[in-house]
Amino acid sequence: MSGTLITHIPQAMSPSESRLAHRASRHVKEKIIESILFLAALVSVFTTLGIVYILVSESVVFFRHVPVWDFLTDTQWTPLFDDAHFGIVVLLSGTLVSSGVALVVAIPLGTVIAIYLSEFAGPRIRETVKPMLELLSGVPTIVYGYFALLFVTPLLQKFLPELPGFNLLSAGIVMGIMIIPTVSSIAEDAMRAVPMSLREGAYAMGSTRFQTATRVVVPAAFSGIMAAYILGISRAVGETMILAVAAGMQPNLTWNPMEPAATITAFIVQVALGDLPHGSVGYQTIFAAGLTLMLMTLVFNILGYWLRTKYRERY
Amino acid sequence: MALQTAAEIRALIARHKRWDVIFGVIGILCLSIGLLTFATLFVDMLIDGYARLRPEFFTEFPSRRAGQAGILSAWIGTIMVMLVTAAVAVPLGVAAGIYLEEYAPSNWMTHVIEINISNLAGVPSIVYGLLALGLFVYQFGLGQSVATAGLTLALLILPVVIVATREAIRAIPGAIREAAYALGATKWQVVQGHILPYSTGGILTGVIIGMARAIGETAPIITVGALTFIAFLPPSPIKAEPPFISFEWLMSPFTVMPIQIFNWTSRPDPAFQANAAAAGFILVFMTLAMNGLAIWLRYRIRRNIKW
Repeated sequence: MSGTLITHIPQAMSPSESRLAHRASRHVKEKIIESILFLAALVSVFTTLGIVYILVSESVVFFRHVPVWDFLTDTQWTPLFDDAHFGIVVLLSGTLVSSGVALVVAIPLGTVIAIYLSEFAGPRIRETVKPMLELLSGVPTIVYGYFALLFVTPLLQKFLPELPGFNLLSAGIVMGIMIIPTVSSIAEDAMRAVPMSLREGAYAMGSTRFQTATRVVVPAAFSGIMAAYILGISRAVGETMILAVAAGMQPNLTWNPMEPAATITAFIVQVALGDLPHGSVGYQTIFAAGLTLMLMTLVFNILGYWLRTKYRERY
Repeated sequence: MALQTAAEIRALIARHKRWDVIFGVIGILCLSIGLLTFATLFVDMLIDGYARLRPEFFTEFPSRRAGQAGILSAWIGTIMVMLVTAAVAVPLGVAAGIYLEEYAPSNWMTHVIEINISNLAGVPSIVYGLLALGLFVYQFGLGQSVATAGLTLALLILPVVIVATREAIRAIPGAIREAAYALGATKWQVVQGHILPYSTGGILTGVIIGMARAIGETAPIITVGALTFIAFLPPSPIKAEPPFISFEWLMSPFTVMPIQIFNWTSRPDPAFQANAAAAGFILVFMTLAMNGLAIWLRYRIRRNIKW
């Protein structure tokens, strides 16, 4: 039977025919490569799942020892003492006050810089200044911490003699300067996305640059600018080293930036520096603190992401 | 309010134009506040640490006496951790970027991956430290080692590498792909022969920026439990006897530059703070150099590529 078949096939395939022939190996190889690339893309999903799993599973154990209600309402935070109290409000106050100071610095400066770069500066200034601002956000935060503790605090103490060596104020100011590039670059992107025709309309009506910027461009880019603020807040809330170095690590329920206080992040650093046995309540506490932090930044990030896509869609 | 005379109208215009000038000045002032702070920080570190910036500073272990302390174990630790980070983050990030740009069908799975990556970029770095503490240190049993720190930082910069890869690939015109497919190339042949070579510059820029971020990260490494006082080096990766290469260093305890700076900064003795300033200056200089290199690369790519 095989003999009859052979008669129908030429003795040797021409080179072009053999090249065109279907080769299974080629397709198998393609499939394998695609699967490997897909798995690499899935790593990021597993990272998120890993974060959620670790934070939740350790926090669940923590909340078996500490009722959620106490966690939210207690006004003392002494997890490593014999008389342990777990009031997250104490750490939250440090986080909120320092982030508040940072925003007071970053929002006006970041907004003005964004308006200036987008509406006033020529392309040459823009192209030189933007990379320099990027460098500002590339400085390691530990170096900013050193700067806040040993340069900004002594400087502020000349004007405010009663300022303690560790305080939320100087940490917040330095943190604000650190997040200026985040705020200004996102806000500027939003303003540049406003169509030229709107500006041309305003100029045609006789507006000046300043009037065009404040009355046409900023309102049109409003949701994008808000996104810039919110992503700035999210960075400030998650910032660790500046606060661990310059704000002190003593839990302190205060709304006064002139006092030292620990933030959620600084507390995690403080515990990690000590030698806590795996599985102790103190060890689980940092995961509960981390979960709180993660939830806060998640809300801000989702809000910021939503606002950003909103301005992108409109034009 | 009807404006009667030309003089009144001119005055109004002049008043409004004055605001343009005022705002221009305010804008430049705000910019200089930002940039001056950076210059002050740089100069302040240099002045505080200048006396310590001597060759011995790089060849001495940390010491109880500030004058004899150096950053030998810190910079070697940093290099080792960065090797692990690059070895993990670059292949994974580039592969994920290629998948999302060239292979991914537009379905819910791809959508989930994309949202997830942009969300991961906003997770505070200390949370990565908690992930590593729970997962790498205890569940995988890697301990407080170079490998744990390297993997943690790799996960941290993965979104940066993926986004840079995607942007570099997206800049390649579709005609290039079509030409390759028309000649019978398979998808992987297109990627390997065209997409990857043309996007290398852009990917490299992203990798450098990611590494510059990783080199200065402190919080996740403290959370993992890096020691702050290390007066020995990890075992050498090269051995005199076969098989010549050893991976013992991966499991070794370590310290890195930012941790060393943190340790010195938190001591009350000004002599140690001078050490912190010197090490901080070196660290800022390194990140500046890396970022500068990335910006220069980006500029060169923009100038050289004309599709």
